[in-house]
Amino acid sequence: MSKAILYDATVCIDCKLCERACAERNMLPYGDNVAAEETISAHKLTFVMAKGDKFMRRLCMNCQDPTCASVCPVGALRKTDLGPVTYDETRCIGCRYCMLACPFGVPKYEWGKVLPRVRKCDMCADRLAAGRPTACAEACPTGATKFGERDELIAEAKDRIAKAPNQYVNHVYGLQEVGGTSVLLLSSVPFDLFGLHTPTEPLPILTYRVLSRLPDIVSLGGVLLGGVWWITHRRAEVAAAEAKERPTGKQNEEDGNK
Amino acid sequence: MRLPKFTFWKTIMVIVLLAGAYATLLRFTRGLGASTNLSDRFPWGLWIGFDVMCGVMLAAGGFTLTAAVYIFNLERFRPIVRPTVLTAFLGYCLVVAALLFDLGRPYRIWHPLVMWNPHSVMFEVAWCVTLYTTVLALEFTPIIFERLRLEKALRIQHAIVIPLVILGVLLSTLHQSSLGSLYLIVPEKLHPLWYSPLLPVFFFISAICVGLAMTIFESYMSSKAFGKQLELPLLISLGRVLVVALAVYTVLRFEDLYNRGALKYLRHPGYETDLFLLEVTIGLLLPIAMLMNRKIRESTGGLYLSSVLVVLGFITNRLNVAVTGMEASAGIRYFPKWTELAITGSMIVGGFVVFTLAAKYLPIFPEAQASAARSRIGITSVTPATRVDLTFSQARKA
Repeated sequence: MSKAILYDATVCIDCKLCERACAERNMLPYGDNVAAEETISAHKLTFVMAKGDKFMRRLCMNCQDPTCASVCPVGALRKTDLGPVTYDETRCIGCRYCMLACPFGVPKYEWGKVLPRVRKCDMCADRLAAGRPTACAEACPTGATKFGERDELIAEAKDRIAKAPNQYVNHVYGLQEVGGTSVLLLSSVPFDLFGLHTPTEPLPILTYRVLSRLPDIVSLGGVLLGGVWWITHRRAEVAAAEAKERPTGKQNEEDGNK
Repeated sequence: MRLPKFTFWKTIMVIVLLAGAYATLLRFTRGLGASTNLSDRFPWGLWIGFDVMCGVMLAAGGFTLTAAVYIFNLERFRPIVRPTVLTAFLGYCLVVAALLFDLGRPYRIWHPLVMWNPHSVMFEVAWCVTLYTTVLALEFTPIIFERLRLEKALRIQHAIVIPLVILGVLLSTLHQSSLGSLYLIVPEKLHPLWYSPLLPVFFFISAICVGLAMTIFESYMSSKAFGKQLELPLLISLGRVLVVALAVYTVLRFEDLYNRGALKYLRHPGYETDLFLLEVTIGLLLPIAMLMNRKIRESTGGLYLSSVLVVLGFITNRLNVAVTGMEASAGIRYFPKWTELAITGSMIVGGFVVFTLAAKYLPIFPEAQASAARSRIGITSVTPATRVDLTFSQARKA
């Protein structure tokens, strides 16, 4: 079964303990200066965005049909059965197509390093494999970040909205966005406010529609070009043969005259 | 007074190469962050937008001309096949060189060949660039074999030339278009003036346009540089094909803008609109108007100028897709750092130098073949007039 994270912004108190736990798990430094940084980056894989007294966690959404994994030429990014989208740094060539393609702007690069890596939240894939929750969910003191089965969390999210329709925007973000994500969000204000607006269709189909035609282009194109060559070449051969015949014909006549 | 001009250009080239060498040092000792203006918000810059996207586009003459001569049997274009194949080969070498700078881990450039992800456009581009560079190298080998008088190797090459050309045309079609497909995945990020489901088609047709324009441009430049006679009637017919290709592209492009309801963006004055209009004016409208005019089309200067406009226009187009169109969604403006410019500049200079050397020492141009024949029959010095005669008499003999 696929795991997921449910983040309920109405319960969040902006204590940033999820940020700290995430940094510790990923062996990244965390102090007041990092806490003050208002963006995710190669050294801060999640952060709590504050718009007035409204909060929103930003982290990798670990999409069901991840754009990053579809564009990666070497398959360094992969969707695992448990839910996390993982990154294998030994494969990565550093083309940064994942950064360009991700609709959430999640993958970040270690620009300062000579041999850089892409960094992003991988939903604590190793902890999940060991049957443990993500570090952020474990650290959350209010239950704003909750870890569990995706199906169960979706049901719970819908239930929370149904029980208190005035407290929530009637939308479970991540249920359908880009084909669904393993991080589900609830909010009392529109998600647009936090820059979260993505199409509901999965993006990989956009390129796959073209890529899946390649075998046709190659086989049809090959036959077509070969055919054109055969016709034009034949035409030239015939012309050359005719040109050869004519002077010899004349010569024969001349010979006959003699 | 030709000497000062010569040293002036030489000095510029040396300065660019020195700056490029220092920039290379910075790139590989300090990393991408210190040596470029790239960032998390703008991960692809000049090296992808110009070196890779334009490099591949400018090399399109290779597949256009080989297809015309070998497949469609348009024999009269044969004299300009070699210089175009050479340019294409150099173009691809430079693309690969640029990738070695741009990739975060350049020593893993071979990974896509063994670690497959057929769902990735980048994977397809990697394979096509590798295969097509190999095909171009093979298409180029007879020139070296001839120089070294390797008759047997020449015969083998001759036997496989048609499959090779067909493979080359297919590979070019695939990845000229797939450079456009790369951007299909960013419908929310690329400005609607450029984002279209037809991006791969636009990239392919424009590659043909640029291939033709570059062939005219190169023929003109090499006629200047090597005192070689310009095959004007040949170039005029290329100009005719070019204007048709441009017209097809223009109609398709504007139809697409209309169908997607994107024409309304042209009414918003702004940075994107200005650059779109620049691209369309210099790359499409001006050259079409010029080439439609018989007097301009049939003059050396007019042909040359319109082909330069086409090339510049489509360079603008590629930079618009890769840079201009992505800036609004990134929320920042990108302008390359001096290091990025120096490395790109060095690549261009390097390309020029190699082309000049190859043109000097290898039988690239028909005249060069004539002079090789001359040296065999013992003529040491000829005037340009006899040189032309010699070519003609050879042609007649053949």
